[in-house]
Amino acid sequence: MDTKKRTPFFRIPAVQTLIASLLCILLGLIVGYIALLLINPTGAWGAITSIVKNFWNYPNLNQQLRYLGNTLVKTAPLLMCSLSVLFAYKVGLFNIGAAGQYVAGAGAALYCALSLHLPWYVCMIAAAVAGALLGCISGLLKAYRNVNEVISCIMLNWIGLYTVNSILSSVKDPTSPYTLGLANTNPGAIMPSLGINKLFTNNRYTTLAIPLAILIAVLVWLVLSKTRLGYELKATGMNKNAAKYAGMREKYNIILTMGIAGALAGLGAAMFYLSGYEQWSVTQSSVPAMGFNGIAAAFLGGLHPIGTIFSSFFIQQITDGGGYVDMTMYSSDISDFISSLIIYLCGFVLFFRQFMNSRLNRRDELKLKGGDR
Amino acid sequence: MENQYAIEMLNITKRFPGIIANDNITLQLRKGEIHALLGENGAGKSTLMSVLFGLYQPEEGTIKKDGKVVSIKNPNDATALGIGMVHQHFKLVECFTVLDNIILGVEPTKGGFLQKDEARKKVLALSERYGLQIDPDAKIEDITVGMQQRTEILKMLYRDNEILIFDEPTAVLTPQEIDELMQIMRNLAAEGKSILFISHKLAEIMAVADRCSVLRKGKYIGTVDTKDTTVEALSAMMVGRDVNFHVEKADKTPGDVVLKVEGMTVASKVHKNNAVKNVSFEVRAGEIVCIAGIDGNGQTETVYGLTGLEPLVSGKITLCGKDITRAPIRERSLTGMSHIPEDRHKHGLVLDYTLEDNIVLQRYFEPEFTRHGLLQRKNIRAYAERLIEDYDIRSGQGPVTTARSMSGGNQQKAIVAREIDKAPQLLVAVQPTRGLDVGAIENIHKQIVAQRDAGKAVLLVSLEMDEVMDVSDRILVMYEGEIVGELDPKATTAEEMGLYMAGAKRKEM
Repeated sequence: MDTKKRTPFFRIPAVQTLIASLLCILLGLIVGYIALLLINPTGAWGAITSIVKNFWNYPNLNQQLRYLGNTLVKTAPLLMCSLSVLFAYKVGLFNIGAAGQYVAGAGAALYCALSLHLPWYVCMIAAAVAGALLGCISGLLKAYRNVNEVISCIMLNWIGLYTVNSILSSVKDPTSPYTLGLANTNPGAIMPSLGINKLFTNNRYTTLAIPLAILIAVLVWLVLSKTRLGYELKATGMNKNAAKYAGMREKYNIILTMGIAGALAGLGAAMFYLSGYEQWSVTQSSVPAMGFNGIAAAFLGGLHPIGTIFSSFFIQQITDGGGYVDMTMYSSDISDFISSLIIYLCGFVLFFRQFMNSRLNRRDELKLKGGDR
Repeated sequence: MENQYAIEMLNITKRFPGIIANDNITLQLRKGEIHALLGENGAGKSTLMSVLFGLYQPEEGTIKKDGKVVSIKNPNDATALGIGMVHQHFKLVECFTVLDNIILGVEPTKGGFLQKDEARKKVLALSERYGLQIDPDAKIEDITVGMQQRTEILKMLYRDNEILIFDEPTAVLTPQEIDELMQIMRNLAAEGKSILFISHKLAEIMAVADRCSVLRKGKYIGTVDTKDTTVEALSAMMVGRDVNFHVEKADKTPGDVVLKVEGMTVASKVHKNNAVKNVSFEVRAGEIVCIAGIDGNGQTETVYGLTGLEPLVSGKITLCGKDITRAPIRERSLTGMSHIPEDRHKHGLVLDYTLEDNIVLQRYFEPEFTRHGLLQRKNIRAYAERLIEDYDIRSGQGPVTTARSMSGGNQQKAIVAREIDKAPQLLVAVQPTRGLDVGAIENIHKQIVAQRDAGKAVLLVSLEMDEVMDVSDRILVMYEGEIVGELDPKATTAEEMGLYMAGAKRKEM
């Protein structure tokens, strides 16, 4: 005797998330625009539009496609990092260590490629394993010693960075702080393009990584929603006590989750560095932003694997777009400043959703009271 | 003529959706007396105290202080009126000293700097005057529970509170500490403080209180002078003689032993003593064994030990002839144990999962529901729909309703359905009817009796007198972590059981 009521349009979670995400983007752009106005009013509109346009800043289609390709090359690892954050989040863990797991993946992939001269797929597996191991450390500490995963992750980020720096020093180009180029040292370690480069005006960095990352996003979605593993992990995340009561191994689940999250981030690093787009600088003293941006992408995507595909692209779009700001009017750091401002505001999705819900609740209450009278 | 009452709560009525927690209750506390408030769990004691502290606003009734009507809108108002309380679970900062805890919130300062010397003098003077021995510089985490309690009492005295409420203060104390506390309470009363003593331990009430007010099921039963009454009479007032409805139950001879517990000891999470001490019992096929007792006497921990939620300190558990002392929870479940947990929100349900996902919570891994790691959604839906039909679980959207949005009774029905339908050999049901309305209670009692009639072993843990007397075939009474009596519900009375529950009587087991 269930009276099936249809959920009101604005109550559908997907609709709410979409609206909240778009609101965040809009708010980010407005605040970014205001910041630009304050710094130099004359160039502000031009600057904010070139950030949003990114590859559309180029006049002809071939160039646009080529630079779209570049953005996609960096979207793939970002998507992987955001999946890493999202996966842990579904199990009630905040994986701020995606950055460090990404670093570990980069180190393992490049070492296997440049020092051991292994083919690309082995390098990828190595990257996933390295990321997983780093993730498992946080998981173990959390499960058995109740160490907050945020703390251990942050510390491991730095441990990972300097370890990787020293390991990769052995495969460094003698004349620069960067690792050796893949194309000269071990072309077999570059991920195959499978003709994808043809779509992007022969952009040689566009490889299998792009469709693979999307495929993995779909896979993560399937695992979380359709499998027994996803059922167990989500139950653990939502109610640890009930999971224990139902005989799930909640400690094992925590470790497994961090391992999988680490593997995703590690794979992301392999997708980027095995494209040959960039080399690793062994003198870098800050953890690459990819992992942290992954947090913003995960939230902007409404914590849904499919949503993160789009949010990752958007965040990469504005990050790259920052490079097209007129440097005669703004200092060279402005691009990072504006894009990080926007990314920061992207984290407000959950806040907006809550706000929307409380507004809806209040409206319903008023209606109810009105009905009583 | 001066008003003789320090505080009066007159004709207080507080309703919650579906239940009247306080129904026309009157409580008058005389100046300088120790007044006990007695009642079973759910009798309305906590609600009444919450009204006094301004946490709830009553629908009807007035509160008077020294004969004048006062309005208590929030706990700050209560504090301003000089009402203080020692909670059952202390509210102390573990890593602060005794002195720091006492002055917390009312620190004497000069120009932003703490003036502890002044505070120390006052605290030591108070401690001298009332015989409350403390070490002001000891850290809370290092001192005994008794001393922690004295710190709580000093907190009230430091704030010049005139009306002191003790919420089940003896629950966590050793017998010697209880004696000390009684003496302290007498000292306080002699110095003119008015004390409200919430308890269900009859012996203590008789020993220390001047008068006693009794609540039962939200109703005010009466107030008596302790010198004119007996433990038996108080017990009768507390539990009530009339039984609301009777559970239909045929006689049945128990079969083989299904569950055997030998010398089980389980540690406590709250205090350093063991919560369950060397407990042994058996449950046979086709019988309902009920563990009765006042809340907090080790029943919860007994169940945690049995079901595997907590490890045992020592002892042995055998289920269906298999040693499950160290078995993981899943293995216990597969061996034939079902568990209706005490706290359905904490353990029983994943509230943000749908009803159907909660219904398969104990069986999702079976081949019917998982194949090659993939959930068989169709089978899960069909199974959930069958249980919803069979057990009359009502919800807004059927199997896809979020468990959180369901009523408590239907949440409980879902858990009962899940645990019974997996065809256990042993059903452990902990307070299965807590917070439910009469209809739902009847339904769940029928289900439990049906399990027994089908030859299953049932271990029922209950705080409700009626439930214990009506449903069980055999009663084990727990008191302070031990089984102090085994009773036959047909041969015993609520009064006799009350004596065992309050620790006034015990059989050598």
